[in-house]
Amino acid sequence: MKIALMSAAAVLALAGTAEAATLRLECGAPGPGQNVCMDSAKEWAKKTGNEVQFVATPNDSNEQLALLQQLLGSGSDKIDVLQIDVVWPGILANQLLDLKPYSKGAEKQHFASIVANNTVAGKLVAMPWYIDTGMMYYRKDLLDKYHLKAPTTWDEMTAVAKKIQGAERAAGNDKLWGYVWQGRAYEGLTCNALEWVSSFNGGTVVDAKGKVTISNPNAAKALDTAAKWVGTISPKAVLNFAEEEARGVFQSGNAVFMRNWPYAWSVMNQDGSAVKGKVGVMMLPKGGNAGRHAATLGGWQLAVSRYSKNPKLAADLLLYLTSAEAQKYRAITGSFNPTIPALYKDPDIIKASPFMAELYPTFASAVPRPSTVTTSKYNQVSNQFWNAAHDVLSGNAKSADALAQLDGTLKRLAPAGFVAAK
Amino acid sequence: MTSQTLTSAAPVRPSSAESSLQRSRQRTAWLLVAPALVVLLAIAGWPLLRTIWFSLTNAQLGDLTQLQFVGLDNYIGENGVLRDAAWWSAVANTLRFSVISVTLETLLGLGVALLLNTPSRVRTLLRAAVLVPWAIPTIVSAKMWSWMLNDQYGVINVLLQSLGLIDHPLAFIADPDLTFFTIILVDVWKTTPFMALLMLAALQMVPSDCYEAARVDGVPRLRVFSHITLPLILPAVLVAMVFRALDALRVFDLIYVMTSNSRLTKSMSVYVREQLVDFQQVGFGSASATVLFLVIVLFTAGYMAFTRRRMQGV
Amino acid sequence: MKKHPVETLLYYVAVALVMVISLFPFFYTISSSLKRGNELFSTSLWPAHPSFSNYASLFRDQPFGAYLLNSVLVSGGAVLLSLGVSVLAAYALGRVSFRGRGVLMMTILGVSMFPQVAILSGLFELVRALGLYDRLGALVLTDLIFTLPFTIWVLVTFMRELPKELEEAALMDGVGVFTLIFRIFLPLLLPALAATSLLAFIGAWNEFLFALTFTISPEQRTVPVAISMISGGSSFELPWGTIMAASVIVTVPLILLVLLCQRQIVSGLTAGAVKG
Repeated sequence: MKIALMSAAAVLALAGTAEAATLRLECGAPGPGQNVCMDSAKEWAKKTGNEVQFVATPNDSNEQLALLQQLLGSGSDKIDVLQIDVVWPGILANQLLDLKPYSKGAEKQHFASIVANNTVAGKLVAMPWYIDTGMMYYRKDLLDKYHLKAPTTWDEMTAVAKKIQGAERAAGNDKLWGYVWQGRAYEGLTCNALEWVSSFNGGTVVDAKGKVTISNPNAAKALDTAAKWVGTISPKAVLNFAEEEARGVFQSGNAVFMRNWPYAWSVMNQDGSAVKGKVGVMMLPKGGNAGRHAATLGGWQLAVSRYSKNPKLAADLLLYLTSAEAQKYRAITGSFNPTIPALYKDPDIIKASPFMAELYPTFASAVPRPSTVTTSKYNQVSNQFWNAAHDVLSGNAKSADALAQLDGTLKRLAPAGFVAAK
Repeated sequence: MTSQTLTSAAPVRPSSAESSLQRSRQRTAWLLVAPALVVLLAIAGWPLLRTIWFSLTNAQLGDLTQLQFVGLDNYIGENGVLRDAAWWSAVANTLRFSVISVTLETLLGLGVALLLNTPSRVRTLLRAAVLVPWAIPTIVSAKMWSWMLNDQYGVINVLLQSLGLIDHPLAFIADPDLTFFTIILVDVWKTTPFMALLMLAALQMVPSDCYEAARVDGVPRLRVFSHITLPLILPAVLVAMVFRALDALRVFDLIYVMTSNSRLTKSMSVYVREQLVDFQQVGFGSASATVLFLVIVLFTAGYMAFTRRRMQGV
Repeated sequence: MKKHPVETLLYYVAVALVMVISLFPFFYTISSSLKRGNELFSTSLWPAHPSFSNYASLFRDQPFGAYLLNSVLVSGGAVLLSLGVSVLAAYALGRVSFRGRGVLMMTILGVSMFPQVAILSGLFELVRALGLYDRLGALVLTDLIFTLPFTIWVLVTFMRELPKELEEAALMDGVGVFTLIFRIFLPLLLPALAATSLLAFIGAWNEFLFALTFTISPEQRTVPVAISMISGGSSFELPWGTIMAASVIVTVPLILLVLLCQRQIVSGLTAGAVKG
């Protein structure tokens, strides 16, 4: 009996050393968001008998990128699976494993546009994990109160915002603003400005062939439209707003419209929120009747480090985390938008976040930032773009001049046009 | 006793025994300095050399092994840092920031030091209080102030409004006309205590008989201050200003955390970090880091040469 | 000395003003850290229902206590090491005149002028070469880059002030140089050491960039890095309440230390300023 037990223990121990591995997973900064990620990873660990350790990174995505680059650049095996922003595949491609041999075609379930974004030089360097797009939040109760319907163009939106802001302020609600968004000179402004520009059919700064297209009248018109908001329907402070500042204003009931990412939905509908149940979402307005609804594509991917000691297991973990099952769990518990179109018809998900079904067309047609074509220069392109936009918004430059100057700077960055990685 | 004879005898007739003692003392001195030197060479010398080397290449953060030697291109080439308008605007911002904030800190620091130097019952309490801003980590005070200065839910705007000083909330950290002023304000808040303490130290060393004599002669207070106190503490004030200026020229956290980092407020250090980290251009970034370092060295050397006489004169 | 009542009044008004300006921001940080949910966005000076939930969640979501310990170990280690090394160097630089001394002093001052970000890549290589990556030792070593020049400079000025007779008497008695430094000078230098180590400790305690770059696993994390890693439900959400709570926690030890040693700090700075 005793011997049998002992040998059983020995067999178990042997099995343990032979198969169980410890994988290091990086999925953001500690907090509720990481907890959702941990749940799924622990599920995988239980199923396969391996262990997953969590590596945290700073909240700021610039710092994250710098840290990952330094880590991967040194060939360190301290990370096996990592999350990367939608604009990073071009920058990090050389340090990441090609997932094609492991995925068995799983990528075909996901939005084709994101898979294309994650394919660099024929290698699938990352798997879509969740998707973000810009969307317009509005106060249903306020629009109803003034019998206004949800606007479809920026001009209509401006008019509605002005009207409600004026009326409410006259009625004593003097903190109310018409529209809040992200105007700080950072990546978020690139996202906002790209939405304005492409809603006016002004292109995407650099086109898919690598040609700089930003200096055009439509783009100038888009920036002028936005510049007029500052100080009228948007507080001047919007020039230093990131996502959370905008949400802070909107969630305390002090704004009619807000441009933000999907995460704001679940936060604003928690108990204790001043706007719970009063918020509606819609597509971002068009730039005039000839324009289109444009929402910048954001979101995160999962990738496997080239220096992982257990590439096969790491890929397995990654495939589990990006599977329909895990994405459904994330959609329901954390309102992370799935990257698998089929999930947008799932009744459980629609029940938890009704906006997901409504905004499906936005997710499917989101505008990518020009990161695939500008590869490692993307951060510079984006930086120049947001600085130009910020100059126009703060009244330090005329839109046409700022864009012409931006055009020159970008052409100097890539004299022969940007060329996507071979 | 023995020491007295020794000190008086030594300069007169240095014996051979003493000079050998002197030599062995010098050897010992080098041995004692050695550990510090080795550590500094390893952690400062080597990385600095690497930075200078990188500045002559086109290295990228993603892969530091793939690089080409490009000579001085990163400095004076067509797209070199010295020809980049953004760099020069960062230099201008930094200089403007340093001059204004160091001047304000010196003046206010002197004021606080005079308060601290006045004997009274609340002096200890005051000294404890002024040390608090200085003990708070910069990153924390930057976050704290941006929270308080927010135009929508910031307490400062509410206070100013209720005092009737402003009629609508100001966007301190967003309005381009105000941001610069705001950064300086926070920097002054945080570092004035340091200046005040340095000057307090100097004030306390002014011999009290100077004041006594002046009081007996009936010299007006202001005149005592400008003719006796100020000249006596000037050397200490100048030294304190160098140390502050060195910090101010490298200003980073405050601007990085509080402002929107647009061109209007970017400092030299923020520029360097952007190139090195955000743009992954280790080569170009290292070149700008080297230039930044040289600017600081030049400034210090110039300042020291300019004030040498005054610092030693008293 | 008698003073005019108006003058006394002005003095107290000025003192009150300075105290309010100095203390208000920290007071407001504490008050914010005790607010919950939407209350944070209100501007009341003190929450109607103070709650420690932000502190609780700080320690519940992550091993914040362990981070505090790491910070203490790193800062303490860096301070001890730099004191040990710099007391020796300060004796040599302060009391022995030898050729190259001025150049050495200027070089050491030069080191403290480095912009940290400029030497990051080189330091990273060094840390990896020494096998210290992702260990607290890496931080102790790299923090020396700013603590060491500082402690050397301040201690040199103190060393110079010690009476010459003491040293000569000791040397006449045939005492070794280490005994001289550690047995005779060190006790005299204690107040100076307290001030210098406190200032160096503050520097190391607040260090962020090196700690972020040279460590990665949670077991090695220090508090400033942990603060930068606090996040909400998504990568965009910033839980201000928790951040404020963490700010209070990281600051309180420093304020206590500073208040305890304020007398030494003043005298330490005195020597530094006047002779510097």
